[in-house]
Amino acid sequence: MASLTAVGADEIGSKGTGDEFYAWCARGELRLRRCNACREWCHVPRVTCPDCASTDWTWEPVKGTGRLYTWTVVHRAMHPAFMGDVPYAVVVVELDEGPRIVSGMVDCPIEALEMEMPVEVVFERSDRWGDRVLPRFRRTAGGPSGKAKGAR
Amino acid sequence: MADPGRKRACIVGIGETKYGRDKGAAHTNLGLQLEASIKAISDAGLTRRDIDGVMPFQGLANAEEIVANLGCDKVRFAATVAMGGASPVGSLALAADVLAAGRANAILIPAGWAAFSGPRTRELVLDPARLPGGVIANDYYFPHGYTAPMQWYAVMAQRHMYEFGTKREHLGAVAVAMRKHAQLNPNAVMRGRPMTMADYLASPMLADPYKMLDCCIETDGAAAFVVTTEERARDLGKPIVRVEAAAAAQPHPADEITNRKNIFETGLGRAAPEAFGRAGVRHADLDFAMIYDCFTFELIHQIEELGLCKRGEGGPFVEGGRIELGGELPINTHGGLLSEAHVVGMNHVVEAVRQLRGDCGARQVANAELGVVTGWGDFGDGSVAILARG
Ligand SMILES: [Zn+2]
Repeated sequence: MASLTAVGADEIGSKGTGDEFYAWCARGELRLRRCNACREWCHVPRVTCPDCASTDWTWEPVKGTGRLYTWTVVHRAMHPAFMGDVPYAVVVVELDEGPRIVSGMVDCPIEALEMEMPVEVVFERSDRWGDRVLPRFRRTAGGPSGKAKGAR
Repeated sequence: MADPGRKRACIVGIGETKYGRDKGAAHTNLGLQLEASIKAISDAGLTRRDIDGVMPFQGLANAEEIVANLGCDKVRFAATVAMGGASPVGSLALAADVLAAGRANAILIPAGWAAFSGPRTRELVLDPARLPGGVIANDYYFPHGYTAPMQWYAVMAQRHMYEFGTKREHLGAVAVAMRKHAQLNPNAVMRGRPMTMADYLASPMLADPYKMLDCCIETDGAAAFVVTTEERARDLGKPIVRVEAAAAAQPHPADEITNRKNIFETGLGRAAPEAFGRAGVRHADLDFAMIYDCFTFELIHQIEELGLCKRGEGGPFVEGGRIELGGELPINTHGGLLSEAHVVGMNHVVEAVRQLRGDCGARQVANAELGVVTGWGDFGDGSVAILARG
């Protein structure tokens, strides 16, 4: 859908570490900050390591696999930039390395979302909030399937 | 009591504007807060010159303009607690300490906004720079369309439903109870608009699991309260409403909602045991609770964080009218943010005071002597106050 309300990249520019994170994504790599002193992963990226106060970081590649920890399906966009996208899922993926990451799904109808479903990263360009290559997720081929036990 | 030597604070004055949703209203945040403040000071039996402390809500009016307009010329303490919707009760907690330390004698806590006729709440969150952890939201939430409180908290509700079997009807029971209470409150915006579970189930989905009727309402209005020392309060001759204990805390990390080791741990989970411990009261002693109900699940979540039940049991806790007037523990007898008005939780404090004074009329909890009030804000900051009739 044409994004009449997409927000220009020049308006968005990161004041934090976003530009570095998305530069790796643009190269097709999902990398998270890892502390060189205590080796803890840290997402979202921070200035100092919350575990040991070190400022010595590496952007280290992760496998890009994990499971669907939780999600919401947005039926009414609260921000005009996403009004053309509804319904869309915002997902929280727990990566195999431990950190959780906010993302969205590709090639996955919203009815197919299942808690703890195995997923893997793919990269997708989006101009909804700046013009960026985003890490998104898809169902892992051949992954196990089971009904979520929570009543809905 | 757990610490009998401690000087306790009392809430001696309350004030509220009319709560409403009139598109043509010419309200300003400041004007509404001044109206509520004047009512609260007068209700306390004090004058503007007695107010020597003020604690305004972040971003809705500043201390200088409030006291300048009110003509308070004796102010020696001004501070703002920045915990979003947890701020009013967080301010009360700090005010109690400031009074005990002798840094002020009478502190005014006002908040309110023209959130219907002026910029809507939903518009205020369009710019991530205004949000807690704004750089994080800009870089890692907004690109995926994760842009609003309803969506941030929906993922917690969804996980809770999965892990603990919390049901859609549990969320509905909260919405229905709040609406039922609002029918007994002349100042509730949703008075005259009763709602059934069927109405709730039929309401449109906004951010699964949140339907429209899971969400608080956008309204114009302000409230204020005045806090002073118990000694001073006794001189004023009003019914005494004493702050037995109050506390506030932040979750970790406070600025990012998805990477908490346990996603259900919020600030209230640490503030509540502190407050109940210092007050020396048990949950079973409570006559009512006023819980910050920005969305239905947040009320269920805070029931657990308060320690009223175990983690995962908040859904069944709200079943069968238990939280309604006449039930085991009436919650939000005014109708809450869901059905009275969204006054950033100020109205929860005001209603608690009214219950303890016995001034609630048709919605009065019989012999109300002890109640708890919570605040919830930003990405899970929490605050709690235990109030008692003196
Ligand atoms: Zn470290």
